[in-house]
Amino acid sequence: MRYDSLLDSLGGTPLVGLPRLSPSPAVRLWAKLEDRNPTGSVKDRAAFYMVAAAEKDGRLSPGATILEPTSGNTGISLAMVASLRGYKLICVMPENTSEERRELLGAYGATIVSSPAAGGSNEAVRMAKEMAARNPDWVMLYQYGNEANARAHYETTGPELLADLPEITHFVAGLGTTGTLMGTGRYLREQRPGVQIVAAEPRYGELVYGLRNLSEGFVPELYDESVLTSRFSVASADALRRTRELLHAEGMLAGISSGCVLHAGLQLAAKAHEAGERADIALLIADGGWKYLSTGAYSGTLAEAEARLEGQLWA
Amino acid sequence: MAIEVRIPTILRTYTDGQKSVEGSGATLAELFADLDGRYDGLSERLIDEAGLRRFVNVYLNDEDVRFLGGLSAPVSDGDTVTVLPAVAGGAR
Repeated sequence: MRYDSLLDSLGGTPLVGLPRLSPSPAVRLWAKLEDRNPTGSVKDRAAFYMVAAAEKDGRLSPGATILEPTSGNTGISLAMVASLRGYKLICVMPENTSEERRELLGAYGATIVSSPAAGGSNEAVRMAKEMAARNPDWVMLYQYGNEANARAHYETTGPELLADLPEITHFVAGLGTTGTLMGTGRYLREQRPGVQIVAAEPRYGELVYGLRNLSEGFVPELYDESVLTSRFSVASADALRRTRELLHAEGMLAGISSGCVLHAGLQLAAKAHEAGERADIALLIADGGWKYLSTGAYSGTLAEAEARLEGQLWA
Repeated sequence: MAIEVRIPTILRTYTDGQKSVEGSGATLAELFADLDGRYDGLSERLIDEAGLRRFVNVYLNDEDVRFLGGLSAPVSDGDTVTVLPAVAGGAR
């Protein structure tokens, strides 16, 4: 396949069967491999759409500075597109994110501002909002509330899935900004009214939830509960175990958030299988495993890997 | 057998520092009412007039109760209920 530039190669990712993990020929699991995007994650879709929308409405012009709270993939996607378009990028990210991400952001020329580990991304979002208020000429695309994030999935991920899997019964993806689930979910629901839209949410160690007051919690502005049919909280141990299962059973080296998605997907598959129902379950594999090698997620015993992951933001 | 309820760090002041407590009830609302009898003030931090508080997430055996009927979600012995504050999540 031929493209004019790297940005033009966005999306069109393969949907690959998981024959060894699927319980029967009537209940099938499918993996949408989003690591096949320009910078290696699903976030390229949202990042490119958000930049294009800001350019179109005049918020971004050459030489501008973009500010974004991001602990990884969105930052990497934005850094790449910013370097091609001549923008500066400042990422606010929690200090407890993997070394590879910092290296990658640095390689693309982004500046990193660290936020405290305790409090996780909540804290990064809060800091970024403060910095944006002090620097009115900086442009915060704000992935948690930017309609172009969800629209990217409504216009690309959703139609791609339906074209490849018209018989789709379930769509499972990780829940972060909620953009992937909102956009893809809305599209699929319009096209296939009975489809189940399922969120798999990482459950971290206690450090990440911090000691903050419950009234200071955070729900992304994009989140619309009515798009989802269910939402699973997946513990680190389960996500890790499934990440390895994906690697060993199907040969896929995926990021740890994909283990989280697989865990929810396998539960849905087991349920359908027991009920004797047909199911075609699409799992969104957000990225590959390369960026997480230093976390030790793929080697040694599971208990060791879990201990190393404690307190880290793995998805 | 009873229902295990996992309490987040921020709410352990209500449970004498315990990470998890046990309760009973046929629905989540009954379970929280039962807990409130022993851990005064806990229930008020979880629910208001409208139901579950906005920044409180409650999971029944790892599934968000908002999709299982909210406070009317049926619970039974052996279930695990996890309470967590809503956070922005990780690597976005």
